[in-house]
Amino acid sequence: MTTESGRAGWAKRDQARQVAALLEPGWVVNLGVGMPVAVPTEVNPDHGIVFHCENGLIGYRALADLEAPDPDIIDARCEPIQLNKGAAVVSHDLSFAIARGGRLDATVLGAFQVSANGDLANWSAGGGRVAGIGGAMDLAVGAKRVIVMMRHCDRAGKPKIVKRCSLPLTAVGCVDVIVTELAVIRVRPDGLTVEKLAPGIGPDHLEGRTAAPLRFTSHSPKAVEEP
Amino acid sequence: MAQTSKIVATSAEAVAGIADGMTVHVGGWGGIGVPEALIVALAQIGPKNLTISTNNCGMGRPGDVGELFKAGCVAKVFTTFPVHAGATDFRQRLDAGEVELETIPQGTLAERLRVAGAGLGGFFTPTGVGTPIAKDKDTRRFRGRTYILEDPLPGDFALIKATQADPFGNLRFRYATRGFNPVMAMAAKVTVVQAQELVPLGAIAPDDVHLAGVFVDRIYVGGGGA
Repeated sequence: MTTESGRAGWAKRDQARQVAALLEPGWVVNLGVGMPVAVPTEVNPDHGIVFHCENGLIGYRALADLEAPDPDIIDARCEPIQLNKGAAVVSHDLSFAIARGGRLDATVLGAFQVSANGDLANWSAGGGRVAGIGGAMDLAVGAKRVIVMMRHCDRAGKPKIVKRCSLPLTAVGCVDVIVTELAVIRVRPDGLTVEKLAPGIGPDHLEGRTAAPLRFTSHSPKAVEEP
Repeated sequence: MAQTSKIVATSAEAVAGIADGMTVHVGGWGGIGVPEALIVALAQIGPKNLTISTNNCGMGRPGDVGELFKAGCVAKVFTTFPVHAGATDFRQRLDAGEVELETIPQGTLAERLRVAGAGLGGFFTPTGVGTPIAKDKDTRRFRGRTYILEDPLPGDFALIKATQADPFGNLRFRYATRGFNPVMAMAAKVTVVQAQELVPLGAIAPDDVHLAGVFVDRIYVGGGGA
């Protein structure tokens, strides 16, 4: 199966659905800038997931079609969203107290690289280039679970899942799950474990695009529930 | 309430006294909560060698913090996300070697401002441990986890924006415009607010005040936006 852009694996929207399937009712979930902003569209607003944005908005959903945008109600990408009933607004110091203080059940972040032990590199492309950290470091160390949503390889076709990150780190050993357009991969103490493969993607295809050892469970390519 | 009025008539009066070499906190996150009128007024006065703290370094919008880079006011910037494509004035000054850049995590910037305003000497955070941010910083372990020491970030002035102000400076902010504005207001010797609307004393119920007027020194009404 190929995406709309001709590449193998899940389309971006289906990838966002894979992320949404990892989120449980009642969780408070932060979404980072980049690919993760596509997640709320794939979540039923009645499902009971409370989305948190670093800007202090707590309890939002995707803007519905034909719904008028409000310039002061925006997500991490500064795109309009809508607040749910029961939403709250806090300042940045409190928003990051929520992050570091352990109130986030999960954060979904983009990444340049993830290592086999769950190190995350997602703010600097290296080479002395100007880079933005934003909320990524606080979210990565603070959230109970870090879900990375990214393309499996970079634009040059190089694997982004590696033995050891070559780019400056965002946080050490923080990543729990990696969701790419090819697979859902859990970071476990005994190694990267493939929990689900996108339709048409085989183990060889995945291993050829991953620069770290992968374990395939007897359940792969079927989804495995979190124990 | 017998006191000297905090309300100033012009944006130039609002930013008067910001001089060469001072540290200025500039509110806003992305394109919202930005005190555009105060930024434009400051750029027109044109002090040199300012140190500023700001979440972004401009998004190419009129009245955003990019105006201060364009006017050549900034020698050093503390920021979290300087990479917006619209931050062209910042990039020109940076590439010319005229601006020193210190990129810091957003939660750390917020807390460095908060502790400065709260009279504290710094704080230990797990954010940045094992990353380039931790370079040359003291570390300490609490309950088996490593933290790094971060300093307060006090300012001479803070330029912030609010949706509503009363004459005492009690403020309300609309939705995500709140952002860094309250902690920046806390962390400066002189805090100047650009308020969209001035309401009479008592119009904001005490329980509904987002930032108490004790943190606000000057109120400029106008400039548009929320």
